[in-house]
Amino acid sequence: MGTKTDEEVGEMRMKIEILGTGCPKCKATEKNVRKAVDELGIQAEIVKIDDLQEIVNRGVMMTPAVFIDGEAKIVGHVPSPEEIKKLLKK
Amino acid sequence: MKNEKCLCEADEVLIFPCSGGSNVGQIANDAAKKLTTQGVGKMYCLAGLGGHVSGLIESTKAAKRIIAIDGCPVHCAKKTVEHAGFKPDVHVVVTDLGIQKRLDFMIENDEIKKVTDDVSKKLRK
Repeated sequence: MGTKTDEEVGEMRMKIEILGTGCPKCKATEKNVRKAVDELGIQAEIVKIDDLQEIVNRGVMMTPAVFIDGEAKIVGHVPSPEEIKKLLKK
Repeated sequence: MKNEKCLCEADEVLIFPCSGGSNVGQIANDAAKKLTTQGVGKMYCLAGLGGHVSGLIESTKAAKRIIAIDGCPVHCAKKTVEHAGFKPDVHVVVTDLGIQKRLDFMIENDEIKKVTDDVSKKLRK
């Protein structure tokens, strides 16, 4: 009792997806996301999505984009670590 | 399609046609497609704005200018854009250009051109 399984922990963990085809702006976004997560000390699964079809299927027409738990939060610019931190604290 | 194209250049101009179920709705749709192929802007999904699809909403926030093309005075495209929290910079209504609304889909190329010309003229202002 009180001990969570790895599966339960995984379900609770925030999922951050970085959408971009691999250009410098996308790489900068990933770097800033990782920095924000590290500085906040939170548990988050960070996933890179570089498949253009998958990006377009989500309604994203401009990259880089950041989705948090399935919702688009940033599209079309490189967010600063501070901007990402604000989103993660919500 | 991996890494075939980068999407990191923000589209300056987004075009939202009403794409309604009449000749003028489809003229609006065809005009948006034409303007996209001409490089004037990029046609987007009005239904996605209406459905508050987060990817489309955030993409629209990154746009520099927004065009709404309505077929008729009901202004569904303009109202949908506004409902999503945006204000169109350019609004064109096909019936204002002397094209009568009918419930068929018989469209002439010069009707589409009237709309694309009007959008281009208003964008230059």
